[in-house]
Amino acid sequence: MYAYDEIDRTLVNERVSEFRDQVKRRLSGELTEDEFKILRLQNGVYLQLHAYMFRVAIPYGTLATNQLRALAHVARKYDRGYGHFTTRQNIQFNWIKLAELPDALEDLAKVGIHAMQTSGNNMRNVTSDQWAGVAPGEIEDPRIWSELIRQHTTLHPEFSFLPRKFKIAITASDHDRAAIRIHDIGLRLIKNEKGETGFEVLVGGGLGRTPFIAKTIKHFVHGRDILSYIEAILRVYNQYGRRDNIYKARIKILVHELGIEKFSREVEDEWQHIRNSSLQIDDEVIEDIRSRFTYPAYEKLPHMPDELRQAAADPDFEAWRKNSVAPHKVQGYSIVTISLKPTGGPPGDATAEQMDALADLADKYSFGEIRVGHEQNLALPHVAKRDLPALWKALDKLGLATPNVNLITDIIACPGLDYCSLANARSIPIAQELTRRFANHELANLIGRLHINISGCINACGHHHVGHIGILGVEKNGEEVYQITIGGRADENAALGTLIGPGVKFDEVADVVEDIVEAYLALRERPEELFMDTVKRLGVEPFKERVYATR
Amino acid sequence: MTSPLEQKKIKIAGPSVVTANRTWDGIVVYRTAAKGWSAELSEAAIVRNSDEARALLAESIADDVGAIGPYIAPVQIGEDGKILPGNLREQIRRTGVTIGQPAQV
Ligand code: HEM
Ligand code: SF4
Repeated sequence: MYAYDEIDRTLVNERVSEFRDQVKRRLSGELTEDEFKILRLQNGVYLQLHAYMFRVAIPYGTLATNQLRALAHVARKYDRGYGHFTTRQNIQFNWIKLAELPDALEDLAKVGIHAMQTSGNNMRNVTSDQWAGVAPGEIEDPRIWSELIRQHTTLHPEFSFLPRKFKIAITASDHDRAAIRIHDIGLRLIKNEKGETGFEVLVGGGLGRTPFIAKTIKHFVHGRDILSYIEAILRVYNQYGRRDNIYKARIKILVHELGIEKFSREVEDEWQHIRNSSLQIDDEVIEDIRSRFTYPAYEKLPHMPDELRQAAADPDFEAWRKNSVAPHKVQGYSIVTISLKPTGGPPGDATAEQMDALADLADKYSFGEIRVGHEQNLALPHVAKRDLPALWKALDKLGLATPNVNLITDIIACPGLDYCSLANARSIPIAQELTRRFANHELANLIGRLHINISGCINACGHHHVGHIGILGVEKNGEEVYQITIGGRADENAALGTLIGPGVKFDEVADVVEDIVEAYLALRERPEELFMDTVKRLGVEPFKERVYATR
Repeated sequence: MTSPLEQKKIKIAGPSVVTANRTWDGIVVYRTAAKGWSAELSEAAIVRNSDEARALLAESIADDVGAIGPYIAPVQIGEDGKILPGNLREQIRRTGVTIGQPAQV
């Protein structure tokens, strides 16, 4: 867990009273919507189809139980009893009243939660691996660096009025759970030959209208230089980035237009001017941040406790354990992923009751800590293995033990036309239908790891470009039509999917996905060959044939 | 359903209304003939040509304290004179999400 210091607490409280005043002036007509819009966006307040939407940051996806309870409280008191976890370690409330927003913000501020940097053309919530600090083999906890960057960039004048929004993600594991290759800047924490901490820096990733996978701009930047290096990138972006055209304003376009070589030369020049400035990070600063992260007092526990051995006889428990439980860096403990993808439910939603109950379970079984991942699931990061059977029973009662983590029904979907004012087509009902089609968990397990991502428009909030199967909703003559891609991925081998053919209608999407899956099951060489590998081996042609042969 | 938020040229093809979101709570509202806002589509002022639409929109934009983001949306008039949303987006705005909400009581 991380303890905020006084500066942060004061800042958060000041922001709340400032916003309270702004809302008052807006409601009295003293401020016009034009004047107010930028102010509300700075506090995470969007306008959607039915209501205002309120986006709250969960820095690097780490939540304390009192914070989760505060989110439950906001859902219950100011919203309709639920919240929606997003792909960027945020939570969104869909039905908030503007007049009550200052109260909601104030209630959240009491537990150190805020909505800064969740919208607008600034540095957004710096995201990280949801298993940070507990994943086996991790080099060091990447959240220390996320926090450093967060502190440096929060309200930094140079980063508050960028040409466009700016997103950074950090990972410190070989397996990239933070999707760093689709971020404006991706940082991969590594060690050099001398054993010093630094980063491989990637730049220019992003999806949306013009998707790009990030390119490596520098293979090693020493930890002490990371702020100056990021600042150099941002200065070059600030100088050249297109402010005239919103579709060309992201850094990915600049990197693409200049080319990574020229872009990196510009950054290098800029960096030489500033790298030995006050931006150089003292070890004490890092140590101070490090000391604010606390880790549980783990017990010395057996690798295979009796409780687990006994529970293994229950096939339902085993089905859940195989998909939801991952190894922990400390013997005797596990990381438990909590699926927010129940059969027939909207991906990523959690009710206030579920949040409260989960907070209780986290207190009981996970040292009071919860994590939020970009797959729109939650995790309990420190569960003693002996407690797994009891935890499973409790989760199951709450509807939070769907054994589908990383399977075909663990779908990432944006809000789409059910909520979003920018949408062309619905996303959530497509996801719901797919979870019903593949509700048989044996079948889902037989299919194996397969990620479906759905976006309701080209902004790609559902990351459809990097879904193993990607579904993009578009509009054609007033009707919802869906384009299907296959072969995308968001991890360390990130790739953009390939379109398999003409778009299909709302009612046909689930059939098409079934066809693709059947084709895969027939084509794979052995059960261990994952969907991704089959697509890689054979290309999209056989899938295309299968889907369009009868359409 | 291309987002109508960027309406530049105003040209309407059939009966239309002006819709927006009420400022204080964000709910969907429609401009009425009495120069107010109503949550009931049945109370919306209907415009039938581009000039009327432009005028109704201009008046709605001016009432910035009442509602935000006004734009012109198509409607259908049923045989009984009932006003119905003209496309899926407007239908969802009027009747709510199509998916059921997790905590709906
Ligand atoms: C419903 C309100 C939302 C609105 C109005 C909205 C709007 C947008 C827009 C306009 C962009 C593209 C920006 C650009 O490329 O410059 C974007 C990107 C993005 N949104 Fe949303 N979004 C919403 C909800 C969500 C939700 C619920 C999620 C997560 C499930 C999400 C995750 C993302 C991500 C990850 C990107 C970046 C995609 C990329 O790399 O280009 N958004 N959003
Ligand atoms: S992808 Fe489009 S429809 Fe989906 S949330 Fe983003 S902006 Fe809305």
